[in-house]
Amino acid sequence: MTNRALELLDLSSPSLILDVGCGSGLSGEILSSIDPSEGGPHVWVGMDISASMLDVALQRDVEGDLMLADIGQGVPFRAGSFDAAISISAIQWLCNAESSEVSSTGRLSRFFNGLYASLKRGGRAVCQFYPKNEQQRTMISGAAIKAGFGAGILEDDPGTKNSKLYLVLTVGGSADEGTGGDITGVVKGMEGVDVLDARKKHREKGRREVKKGSKAWILSKKEQMERKGKVVKNSSKYTGRKRHITF
Amino acid sequence: MKLLTLNFLTCAVKACKSSSDSFPLHPKECELVSDTIPPNPQLIQNVLPRLDWRALSTTASELGFPTLPENAPTLEELQKDEKMMAELHTLLLETSVSEGMLVCGNCGHEYRIKEGIANFLLPNHLV
Repeated sequence: MTNRALELLDLSSPSLILDVGCGSGLSGEILSSIDPSEGGPHVWVGMDISASMLDVALQRDVEGDLMLADIGQGVPFRAGSFDAAISISAIQWLCNAESSEVSSTGRLSRFFNGLYASLKRGGRAVCQFYPKNEQQRTMISGAAIKAGFGAGILEDDPGTKNSKLYLVLTVGGSADEGTGGDITGVVKGMEGVDVLDARKKHREKGRREVKKGSKAWILSKKEQMERKGKVVKNSSKYTGRKRHITF
Repeated sequence: MKLLTLNFLTCAVKACKSSSDSFPLHPKECELVSDTIPPNPQLIQNVLPRLDWRALSTTASELGFPTLPENAPTLEELQKDEKMMAELHTLLLETSVSEGMLVCGNCGHEYRIKEGIANFLLPNHLV
């Protein structure tokens, strides 16, 4: 999963990476072991809320810096600190609120706002996560978009048991020309990726206009009036037809 | 906790976000360790424009290192000067804080560091 995320990040030189929810440092180990010919080794900083997992990481003697921190409380880094961020199976925990004092939406927005600020312009974040249901999935991606990210979801092996969701976030426009600066630019040139753009469909729907005076137009107007609570005559097959000339 | 990371960390308390005193965090009663890490000149060139040089010199002087030059070296200077590069590598990547505290200059909140791991968990009322 970390390798797939790195592929999505597309880093060409040794970089400073934030590992959100690093746990025992498994993904961090991969980050520091990247071959120099592939743009490594990267230096990383890991955040995790679990002290016991960090203890395991200490015993494994990982190279990155570790921090005990709750990502739902924000990301305590100065603006523009990191080249990229990576998160493996962690951000779904943001949807859980332990007490009534904190809400899951508040935690999500604090995390994404903090992450957005701490990444440099043109930086990317890839978060692999397991949403409990469709609602959680939209909640997480919605919070990311609200924070200002260009967000998109990449699904590996959809429909199978080991399907994986990657939330790909971009900050600002991408440095190279032509790419839109969101996920469609990220996956461009990757093999076996189908792009399903829900936004485009929505836009086209809005653009198609009905001709004034046509039957469809009359029906939509009647519907509109009915919604307003006005008395509207019933629609039939004669609705919108011209009267016969001899009438 | 490497000095490189320390150069990016700010206070996590919400009220400190707008204050300029919340960065850098001041190390207090710190024990330092030094590790050997293979040199990575490209990384240093990559992060150099993002480093806050003034904060780095403050931290270095607070930890008892010899004072740094007043201005940050430019990329070309660094590429020519191998000694400078090696010194920066030792300072930023090989030196790390293992025990001690980080103190915010604005609110005075103390973040403990144990075995190289800083504790940034906050009580709910400060978030």
